[in-house]
Amino acid sequence: MNYLLKNIENPNSFDVREYEKAGGYRSLKKAVEMEPAAIIAEVKKSGLRGRGGAGFPTGMKWTFANADPKFPKYLICNADEGEPGTFKDRPILEKNPHLLIEGMVISGHALRAEYGYIYLRGEYPDARDILNRAIKQAYEKGYLGDNVMGKGLKFHLTVHLGAGAYICGEETALIESLEGKRGQPRIKPPFPVNVGAFSMPTIVNNVETFSNIPCIMEIGPEAYSKIGSPDCPGPKLYCISGHVEKPGVYELPMGTTLREIIYTHCGGIKGGKSLKAVIPGGISTPVLPPSNIDCPMDFVSMPKHGSMLGSGAVMVFDETVCLVKVCLRALKFFEHESCGKCTPCREGTGWLRSILSRIEDGKGEKEDIDTLLDVSGNIVGKTFCPLGDGAGSVVINFIKHFRPEFEEHIEKKGCKYKK
Amino acid sequence: MLSDKTIEEVEALKRRYPDPRGAILPSLYIAQREFGWLSPEAFEAVSIVLGVPKAHLRGVASFYAMYRHKPVGRHLIQLCTNVSCMIFGAEDLVSLLKNRYGAEVGGTSPDGRFSLVIMECIGACEAAPAMLVNEDFHNNLTENNITEILEKYK
Ligand SMILES: Cc1cc2nc3c(=O)[nH]c(=O)nc-3n(C[C@H](O)[C@H](O)[C@H](O)COP(=O)(O)O)c2cc1C
Ligand code: SF4
Ligand code: FES
Repeated sequence: MNYLLKNIENPNSFDVREYEKAGGYRSLKKAVEMEPAAIIAEVKKSGLRGRGGAGFPTGMKWTFANADPKFPKYLICNADEGEPGTFKDRPILEKNPHLLIEGMVISGHALRAEYGYIYLRGEYPDARDILNRAIKQAYEKGYLGDNVMGKGLKFHLTVHLGAGAYICGEETALIESLEGKRGQPRIKPPFPVNVGAFSMPTIVNNVETFSNIPCIMEIGPEAYSKIGSPDCPGPKLYCISGHVEKPGVYELPMGTTLREIIYTHCGGIKGGKSLKAVIPGGISTPVLPPSNIDCPMDFVSMPKHGSMLGSGAVMVFDETVCLVKVCLRALKFFEHESCGKCTPCREGTGWLRSILSRIEDGKGEKEDIDTLLDVSGNIVGKTFCPLGDGAGSVVINFIKHFRPEFEEHIEKKGCKYKK
Repeated sequence: MLSDKTIEEVEALKRRYPDPRGAILPSLYIAQREFGWLSPEAFEAVSIVLGVPKAHLRGVASFYAMYRHKPVGRHLIQLCTNVSCMIFGAEDLVSLLKNRYGAEVGGTSPDGRFSLVIMECIGACEAAPAMLVNEDFHNNLTENNITEILEKYK
């Protein structure tokens, strides 16, 4: 049973009439009859955790925002989807936009927020047009506007287009960017739930998080909490790329093992080759060797298996891939996307990239591996935001699991995988 | 200067935010569309409509990769070379674009036809390698089909 990707086989699934025909906006009808506090209580009870990467309990975030007496409050949907390997929000944005809109209107009612923004990455022009059309339809149908569902509730929604900066996915950088500034993270606390956009209490949630709200309303928090892992329930979108037979976005119960995802749903390794490594949750999450793929893919289990769920972006590498090169490409990314605010990340990512580059080119020195670990160790835990931690831990984990491959590059003065 | 119609578009945007500065990013996009890139005239125009100093606008714009800080060719190729695209040969495509069209990374082909920008994951990793040409997605690129695809962009 699909909740998030329901009906997307229908070529007109993005249209409000098709969405209504498939049962859409019924949860909103239910929600507008409820007290805001009762909706928050249901979300809390459901056990929903944010799908943007950190897995923070949504009900708790909402409770904090609700407790702040300042108004107006703002609701922001994080549709920046910038973590390399991630394309899970895209089918919702392009094929099921009304699910997101419905989720946001319900959330707006629950949190007594009258203005919502969808911060959409600039690289998704199709989603921009589809969302804008869907929003227009929702206004026409009375799901948005000054009198939502004729109940006197106000909720307005605007798509705000980002402009190609990965760091703007981090919620405080996103808020800066929404306010028309350079997207550099803010110090926390204060947290956005107290001092967010335009200095007001602000709730930032991921596309997939908001899209779970109609489902919780529809089937009730008890039934919802029985889907997937007990301490981390619900349906989850996993997006798989790289060397599998059937890459794509799959809606599965939270906590499906990495092995089941790769071998059962994605048809195994492409061309019958063997598995060499997996990055399970987007480029910022620690790489895993094949021996670790029996881990349940949820926010609570993954750290026990040496990685993180992150955005649920699984990148699969077969035996032909040079992992030094993958690690190098990851660090080029971090160096490019470092916002420059703090020194360990701004300088450290460049150092790591240049050492990795030298190793890949066959000019590495024996001490380079230790230097990589030393520099990484001086980034992790010492940066302003998690981007820097991610960069350092990527290097540490590639070396931890695949050190012989780095050593071989240095000893043999080059990469044996190069064509 | 911006046309009356465009100014109206920016004014409507301003009303979507509690502070008109919220409209800076979208207005820069509009100016870019009207002027082709963020030229001094483009900044001047946005500065007037939003009432925000040009220096602030420049500072903001320079942070973001998708604003064009110099004139671009007739078509903008945004090719992803991040990991999922790299393992399916994206780097060979970069070389091909250079050799065949003379489009260097960050530059424009001598005939002004293509500008090339390298992207960090455009969310099409399931069909890698992928690129955006202007606003069109093209997936599952190979050295053969990429030239066919680019034929459409004269
Ligand atoms: C560098 C960085 C990039 C991030 N990128 C995204 C992103 O693209 N999309 C997203 O939803 N969350 C992203 N996050 C997480 C957000 O900061 C935030 O935790 C999330 O939007 C909260 O929503 P949730 O509770 O629904 O997950 C990023 C965090 C960091 C540190
Ligand atoms: S860790 Fe990196 S991205 Fe984050 S604030 Fe510091 S420099 Fe910016
Ligand atoms: S890595 Fe190229 S589109 Fe994601």
